[in-house]
Amino acid sequence: MMKNPDDTLMAEFIERVDGIKGCRFNFPLLRQSVNGKPLVYLDNAATSQKPQVVIDALMRYYQEENSNIHRGVHYLSEKATQSYEASRAKVRKFVNAASVQEVIFVRGTTEGINLVAGSYGRKNIRQGDEVLISAMEHHSNIVPWQVLCEEKGAKLRVIPMNDDGELLLDEYERLLGEKTRLVAIAHISNALGTVNPIKEMVAVAHRKGIPVLVDGAQAVPHRKVDVQDLGCDFYTFSSHKMFGPTGVGILYGKKQFLDAMPPYQGGGDMIKSVTFEKTIYNDLPYKFEAGTPNIAGGIALGAAIDYMGMLDMEAISTYEHDLLNYATEALRGINGVRIIGTAREKAGVLSFVIEGIHPHDIGTILDDEGIAIRTGHHCAQPVMQRFGVPATARASFAFYNTKDEVDILVKGIHKVIEVLG
Amino acid sequence: MSALRELYQEVILDHNKSPRNFRKMEDATRAVDGYNPLCGDHYKIFVKVEGDVIQDISFDGAGCAISKASASVMSSVLKGKTKEEAERLFQQFHKLVTGDIDAEKNLEALGKLAAFAGVSEFPVRVKCASLAWHTMHAALEARVETISTE
Repeated sequence: MMKNPDDTLMAEFIERVDGIKGCRFNFPLLRQSVNGKPLVYLDNAATSQKPQVVIDALMRYYQEENSNIHRGVHYLSEKATQSYEASRAKVRKFVNAASVQEVIFVRGTTEGINLVAGSYGRKNIRQGDEVLISAMEHHSNIVPWQVLCEEKGAKLRVIPMNDDGELLLDEYERLLGEKTRLVAIAHISNALGTVNPIKEMVAVAHRKGIPVLVDGAQAVPHRKVDVQDLGCDFYTFSSHKMFGPTGVGILYGKKQFLDAMPPYQGGGDMIKSVTFEKTIYNDLPYKFEAGTPNIAGGIALGAAIDYMGMLDMEAISTYEHDLLNYATEALRGINGVRIIGTAREKAGVLSFVIEGIHPHDIGTILDDEGIAIRTGHHCAQPVMQRFGVPATARASFAFYNTKDEVDILVKGIHKVIEVLG
Repeated sequence: MSALRELYQEVILDHNKSPRNFRKMEDATRAVDGYNPLCGDHYKIFVKVEGDVIQDISFDGAGCAISKASASVMSSVLKGKTKEEAERLFQQFHKLVTGDIDAEKNLEALGKLAAFAGVSEFPVRVKCASLAWHTMHAALEARVETISTE
């Protein structure tokens, strides 16, 4: 009998593990060279690399289980449905949702936010109402609300931040008014790395009866998230930033909210019965899952959650915190480098500019050294405007990054200054 | 490193550090904004066209070394040229940065523009190099107020 591939990989993993560092052996892509140099992948806030177990899960689905879910009575359909629903259960546990009914598969964080704006927002937000977001949001947590506000004649208001990239909580409390119908904020800023005090912010909003949506895309790869502890009403994130495949993500929503919301899209799977006169919608979570979903992606997201569970989220947070501090200190020591985003609580992201050198040129020269970073506005143009820069260079970390790689980055930055300074 | 040195040639580094014709033009006959949303490069190109001749050309704005040097070199090359000549140089430049012509074999026609031959090795930087040219082209055609590389 064939050995379960999971067991084989697990054994391989345990054998090779050396603190968190050893786990980079589980990521086949990280073994490659770029421009003749070992790849230093520091663009994890854009997307993370995938461990072998995730890649295997995708392949195994297509090789052994491919079939449509929630439909057939045949063997394969049942097997695929079981795997897909098992993944939903893993997600529930991963974020500690109260029930699997509160876990909706979407395409990613962007769709999660659009779902809430299009369903909850359209139903509950009226002319003269206000939606409150923050100054550090990704475009995906700005534009859906702008579209909604324009349609409804509502107003988008913005919680300001200080020069360190921390939200002004006094201002936040002041902005929560009679007309505020929803707060939508990032857990961790993709451009600055700021960790927002979500639990406190939710509590303040709830005291005034205002629901809160949290964009968790940058948080779930770095720290343990407990949606019940945070108390938020919606929490959404993407699989591909947490070592799973692209094209799949999760919207968590409290059941009483989801129950009261109209469907987001119509189609198959989201219905109980259809006649030309009337359609009865399916129960949660299927009411929000029209059409054949990304089955392979959903299953492989489950594999990513298993993998992170093996590493332990606490250990991941501690390791990355140390790595980010090491990198921050190293970059502070370079003449002409200015770090953008110096909040007390940060995770994963180190944004910087070099005096007189455009981030795009930094990116090209670092790439020549095999270093992958993101340069540009990081889909957060208002953040760039706030700090008076057209763009930044951003190194973003995952648990497979090492201090050696930070040293290579520092050397690379010196080279940038040598060539263009 | 050779491809990188080829990209960041002395001519480009020089024009980036001391851009020529880097000023607003009060009496421009046309001014057009060029914008690269990918990296946030943003320039305004000013032209003063009399009859068929570009009497003056200048630019203002901010962006990476490649885009700034390209705007600078373009402005120094196009001053005094006819619209037709400018259009022909634009075509040449575009072919050069996309690797459609060999710089070595066209040195005479390209002149200073040959410094941008290295861009063809960096496909993501082609937009940086051609932003100013596309904007100039729009200015001469008197088509739109803002152009974008996307």
